[in-house]
Amino acid sequence: MDIGAYLEIGIWSFGFGGIVDMEWLSIDRWSPYAAGIGIGLLSCVAFLLSDKPIGCSTAFSRTSGMIERLFRGGIVAEKAYYKKFAPAIEWEWMLVVGIFIGAFLSASLSGQFQVAWVPERWASSFGDTPVLRWIVALLGGILIGIGSRWAGGCTSGHGISGTLQLAVSSWLAVVSFFIGGIITAMVVFHIFGL
Amino acid sequence: MLRKLHLKKEIQLGLGLMIGIIFGFLLHKGGVTKYDIIIGQLLLTDFTVMKVMLTAIITGMVGVHFLKSLGIAELHPKPGSVGSVGTGGLLFGVGFGLLGYCPGTMVGAVGEGFLDALFGGVVGMIIGAGLFSELYPRLEKSPLNRGNFGELTWPQLFRLNSWIIIIPFSIGMIILLVWIEKSGL
Repeated sequence: MDIGAYLEIGIWSFGFGGIVDMEWLSIDRWSPYAAGIGIGLLSCVAFLLSDKPIGCSTAFSRTSGMIERLFRGGIVAEKAYYKKFAPAIEWEWMLVVGIFIGAFLSASLSGQFQVAWVPERWASSFGDTPVLRWIVALLGGILIGIGSRWAGGCTSGHGISGTLQLAVSSWLAVVSFFIGGIITAMVVFHIFGL
Repeated sequence: MLRKLHLKKEIQLGLGLMIGIIFGFLLHKGGVTKYDIIIGQLLLTDFTVMKVMLTAIITGMVGVHFLKSLGIAELHPKPGSVGSVGTGGLLFGVGFGLLGYCPGTMVGAVGEGFLDALFGGVVGMIIGAGLFSELYPRLEKSPLNRGNFGELTWPQLFRLNSWIIIIPFSIGMIILLVWIEKSGL
């Protein structure tokens, strides 16, 4: 089933269709500058309405704490790190859920939603076996989990929200993210890849 | 300042969700929830990520500081130290290069249907964040506090008015973007 078409009909029949041309919601890609301006304005809205910079990585720390609490009980709240970031659902956790919904909506509206294991660029160098891609992605995910908490933020919290506040820590963080990322990607694709 | 609104817990949860939905929508429309595009940036063959990020930074920098000048928004710069953002940033970078998504774009990729982002990225990040909470008591003093400079911003460091930094920073980033476009990247 084409979920995109289905959702599109939903929105059209909602009544906007005849009044406003909704095509901009269903095209594949926007100019990166349009998306960037949108994200910048959204940051302003977040500061104004919620007094919060947009960020993603503490939500994963809180989730980890909530899962640990399922197995070990209330004692988890005593861990030094969870005293700083309580394992509970809050603004940023909801934001991360929202990212999933928003990307799903955008992908569906443009008919791009598809379940896949292996991205094209990876497959062209390492083949389309899910296992290899999964192992490398899992290792990457673990390092991002440790690294983002070690650095106190990720590409959103430091990379966009922190840099736009002119925070020294965030500018140093984003430079480190990309130095590490560029070297690693070069090694993966130019040394191990075909 | 909309202090009363900031303190309403349920409304804030709803706002977080709404802002997240728009954020996810924009990330996807910008093309940056895709592994191929992020890896292209790290291999320096596709500059979409940089275009989105720099445009967002310029817009947000001017906007948020304008709201601050009006007295209706406050800044929350993250504290940092050489040991935290330097070492942690490099560890993050290695993970970034292997996974090919960052935390936000990874969640967006899951929304687009990518299972490597879900079972590799999301599961890995939850494990990694859990490991960090175990290591934290041993890391807290050193390296996390080594070379600590606190919640410092560039205007504070140089003792200048924020706009004296924002204007040249913005012009510099715009020149960089124009140069990237002209180079056909």
